[in-house]
Amino acid sequence: MLQFLIRRLIGAVVIMFLIGAFTFFLFYAVPQDFAALSCGKNCSPENIAVIRENLGLDQPITTQFWNFMVGIVAGRDFAVGHCPAPCLGVSFKTGDFVWESIMDRFPLTLSLTIGGLIIFLLFGLGTGMLAAWKRGTVVDKIASGASIVLSSFQIYLLGPIVLGILVYQTGWMENPKYVPFTEDPAAWFIGLLIPWVVMATIFTAQYTRMARSTMIEQLQEEHVRTARAKGMSRKYVFFRYAWRGSLIPIVTIIGMDLSSLLAGGVVTEFTFDLAGLGRLAVESSVTKDLPLTMGAMLFGAFFILILNILVDIAYAFIDPRVRLS
Amino acid sequence: MTTLTKTEDAPNPTGSDAFLSVRDLRVQFSTEDGIVKAVDGLSFDVERGKTLGIVGESGSGKSVTNLTILGLHSTQTTSIDGEIVLDGKELITAGEKEMEKIRGNKAAMIFQDPLTALSPYYTVGRQIAEPYMKHTGASKKEARQRAIEMLAKVGIPQPQTRVDDYPHQFSGGMRQRAMIAMALVCDPDLLIADEPTTALDVTVQAQILDLLKDLQQEFGSAIIFITHDLGVISDMADDLLVMYSGRAVERGTVREVLRNPQHPYTWGLLSSMPRLGGDTAQALTPIPGSPPSLLNPPSGCPFHPRCTFTGEVTGNRCAEERPTLGVGRASACHLTAEQKQTIFIDKIQPRLR
Repeated sequence: MLQFLIRRLIGAVVIMFLIGAFTFFLFYAVPQDFAALSCGKNCSPENIAVIRENLGLDQPITTQFWNFMVGIVAGRDFAVGHCPAPCLGVSFKTGDFVWESIMDRFPLTLSLTIGGLIIFLLFGLGTGMLAAWKRGTVVDKIASGASIVLSSFQIYLLGPIVLGILVYQTGWMENPKYVPFTEDPAAWFIGLLIPWVVMATIFTAQYTRMARSTMIEQLQEEHVRTARAKGMSRKYVFFRYAWRGSLIPIVTIIGMDLSSLLAGGVVTEFTFDLAGLGRLAVESSVTKDLPLTMGAMLFGAFFILILNILVDIAYAFIDPRVRLS
Repeated sequence: MTTLTKTEDAPNPTGSDAFLSVRDLRVQFSTEDGIVKAVDGLSFDVERGKTLGIVGESGSGKSVTNLTILGLHSTQTTSIDGEIVLDGKELITAGEKEMEKIRGNKAAMIFQDPLTALSPYYTVGRQIAEPYMKHTGASKKEARQRAIEMLAKVGIPQPQTRVDDYPHQFSGGMRQRAMIAMALVCDPDLLIADEPTTALDVTVQAQILDLLKDLQQEFGSAIIFITHDLGVISDMADDLLVMYSGRAVERGTVREVLRNPQHPYTWGLLSSMPRLGGDTAQALTPIPGSPPSLLNPPSGCPFHPRCTFTGEVTGNRCAEERPTLGVGRASACHLTAEQKQTIFIDKIQPRLR
């Protein structure tokens, strides 16, 4: 297991390096004068030259890449000051360090993800399993029907409807806003409740359908029938045998969803006007703030890799056949 | 049951003293295409310490019958009629909780493919111990000890360490041994073996058959042995039931049925079986046509569209009248006893040499 982990971690570092290199050269291959972009309108050639030097853009591209990579590991000095590791460069637009901008936005994205995740895992998997247990009954039909309808909804449709009712019409709730958990947990909870519920509703629908279908599939496995033939109760077989087999596909999907949510739930953030990581990434791309775009992308890639490793570890716990091969 | 009968004080409502007695069993599935008559009026008995072989093509209702005995059919889409009496207890009307007490305890089952029939997620030991704990109330430690004992009994080397292995760490033959250990852990009185050797190598197959026979002598259980391999059945069974289209078409002792078969379908089965040392130049004689649809079974005798002897029967009885299976040694066919004997000796027996 340890050996497996070390191998995976080394692999992850290599992949991170490759992703970094790829994005770096791709962006810098664009025929675009970043110094001019950074300078804005009414910019004199002298100013541009100064900026170019400050950002290190006057150096050959390989040196720039080297500096970028070293910066991530060891930090780097800019004209604006020392950028501590992990240094992802300086924003062209704001002049802030990219890492700090990301860290500024990340708590919101993390809060949004974790809150939503808890809700949709609880309700999605719960409803899906209930539907599988009561397969063919009214309960199953209602759950399946509702999940199909709800999963075809979108956050940008459901969000404004909920806001319209709860905020603008009745005034029962305020517009969603982010208050750090460390400052005021209650305000944190109230402020994010609507985004959580709206986001989780759509995920719940998807997880319901997935949990139902994988459970039904597992219940038809021969080893599940064997367990019944031994006299084990329906409940025991359902939770010990069928559920265990369903965990593999479920954990896979959770890993994928979680990594994309942690990289920023763009639609949720725009719908509820929350300044999270997804919004930062999109805005940086629109304003051609390339260091920020790269930073956000590398940050997202990091979660995808980490969650991939976590999912693989989970597989080993779930399925003994994975453990040995 | 409308009038006063003796069934109330009799130990067995069917009147027979067999350990398992199936009477006029009908199993129907409702599917989108219509009603599938998987089992259509089947009756048989199994006695303690004896082995009943059931042979027939795929879809003849062998497996369905045995899943129904243990109540393992899907309850929503299946309708069941008839009687299944195990040791004096009616099983069709028994509740789920009662069935749970019987399954794995009084009646256990061995499945065809031990790779898919054992859970990949739990150790072999745990899977053997589970029913033991459930049915005897034994502690985890006792059940583990029992699992080791059972593994030793079915011939798994180093059972103390193998008990903690997962099924994928076992070879095919060992998995089937583990499955047998699992089925026998509570000393069941009835063991249903559904093609237990089909997925195994021939040499392993022989070992497993020997093991089953030894264990039967030791435990004295009744066995229902389902297969389509007549060679295996001649080695294993005392009595034989030939099934076709959800019905029994011939019944007798193994010796009677295999030496002197009396039903055209059984003749077909025997003629299509390759023989060791047989003449390679002589072609096998497969049964013409394909098994009947269970959605829309043929009228009269279900075998008549494939039967080459319908011309010997007067009139159109084969297509119109369903032949019945008598008691004891019997075959469900409109041919007269003399005709059967003559046809067998003149036309069938020479092919089997």
